[in-house]
Amino acid sequence: MKQELFTITKNEKIARDIYLMVLSGDTSDIVHPGQFVNIKLEDQYLRRPISICDYDDKTLTLIYKVVGVGTEKMSSYKPGKVLDILIALGNGFDTEKSGFSPLLIGGGVGVPPMYNLCKKLISESKQPTVILGFNSREDVFFEEEFKKLGANVLVTTADGSYGIRGFVTDAMKDINYDYFFTCGPEPMFKAIEKVAKTSGQYSFEERMGCGFGACMGCSCKTKYGNKRICKDGPVLLREEIIW
Amino acid sequence: MVNTKVNLSGITIDNPIIPASGTFGFGYEFAELYDINCLGTFSFKGTTKDPRFGNPTPRIAECPMGMINSVGLQNPGVEAVKNIELPKLREVFNKPVMANVSGFSIDEYTYTCEALDSEPQIGWFEVNVSCPNVHGGGMSFGTSPESAAEVTKAVKKVTTKPVFIKLSPNVTDIVSIAKACEDAGADGISLINTLLGMRIDLKTKKCVIANKMGGFSGPAIFPVAVRMVYQVYEAVKIPIIGMGGVSSAEDVIEMMLAGATAVEIGAANLVDPFASRDIVNNLPAVMQKYGIKDLNDIIGGAH
Repeated sequence: MKQELFTITKNEKIARDIYLMVLSGDTSDIVHPGQFVNIKLEDQYLRRPISICDYDDKTLTLIYKVVGVGTEKMSSYKPGKVLDILIALGNGFDTEKSGFSPLLIGGGVGVPPMYNLCKKLISESKQPTVILGFNSREDVFFEEEFKKLGANVLVTTADGSYGIRGFVTDAMKDINYDYFFTCGPEPMFKAIEKVAKTSGQYSFEERMGCGFGACMGCSCKTKYGNKRICKDGPVLLREEIIW
Repeated sequence: MVNTKVNLSGITIDNPIIPASGTFGFGYEFAELYDINCLGTFSFKGTTKDPRFGNPTPRIAECPMGMINSVGLQNPGVEAVKNIELPKLREVFNKPVMANVSGFSIDEYTYTCEALDSEPQIGWFEVNVSCPNVHGGGMSFGTSPESAAEVTKAVKKVTTKPVFIKLSPNVTDIVSIAKACEDAGADGISLINTLLGMRIDLKTKKCVIANKMGGFSGPAIFPVAVRMVYQVYEAVKIPIIGMGGVSSAEDVIEMMLAGATAVEIGAANLVDPFASRDIVNNLPAVMQKYGIKDLNDIIGGAH
């Protein structure tokens, strides 16, 4: 983990309440897809943890949802603004465990970390299938970006206004996969847990104090003892999770 | 050159900066970021007789100039602290450390303190009396002079190292409680623990924290902490460790002017992992700015 200053180069709305922010700065601490950053915002005491969507040597792409005063404030930031960021936090996804045909399942604001993961898996000569689940047509984002990476992409909407009607689990039925990775809301996780046929990795969300393992604010119990979502997670293996 | 060394119950520390219990783990998360030997010492994660998972999540809430936590004393228990945490700590920290201890009965306090007393790296005890007394109707030990004194006496009997009693600010008269601890043999007083607080989410219309209430800390409570340190300094002769919202070298000096011999840094470590190191580094320049040559000259200087 490093504390770094990043400059915003782009901050724009891409779907309902969803913003894409691109920043320039030193990303050399990132080692795995699924890691996150913790951002200091003006007038907010605690930092805000946001998953890393994509990065290269000098740029960082974040996609975040406006859910409260902190992210509302973030959405008003203009290019040129400098942010104090802790990078890179958490364990991230372990792609070595994946077979040749991994399934990636992103639900809503759980979609962003799937993007760099998908890129990494393709770079490892794997053939990922991606399911992106949203509530409605105006929530959909990044379908084309995943397609451009070369992945097989399915989109579901709960109200049927776009793509397959239903939940991500409805799209999972007819897909052959040998491993899965997922990030999204917990009700989605519980539904996946019921139908998933293989091992996999879940990326969890929790309210955090520090984001780097000091405060024990985001602890959870696992089959292998207590873990901190921020430091020992956010990614947990299917086999260790207590539902 | 300025002098930042202070004497804390017979042990000289290089500076009065002490990361507070619960914000610094057992040190090694921070040792990955900087050499923690620059600190005066630190107070390790509140340790109990048995391992504790703590409270359900969410345990954290944002507040104006602060935060609420309701971790619930998650810790691996005293045996694991002795056998796993302290050996790991020795590899990254070569100074005496402060052992923060909690309990839910007098027996638990004495068991844990006795078990830790023989550990060579422990320099001081800091006994948290803000926990509820399960045999006393659930009221916190720190809410009455009698029960705070009872814990103090019991712990003093089983320990050879200086004992600081860490007081809760959620009381009507903190001075009488501090005085009772001094009379019961405490070597020093730490104050303040967090203030009880609550946040409610307008969208869900429910409490943000799973346990509903939690401890409010951060810069917002600094003036309350300064006031209580000032009041307790007038009433006791034993040294005081001041804490509550301290975020800068200026705050450290203000806390010492109120009466603190040493100063703990809490929530600031969580927002900025380098906060304690930066305060240590900034302290000499801030002392010079205010014409302070020796920190010992300013302890209680505002009285």
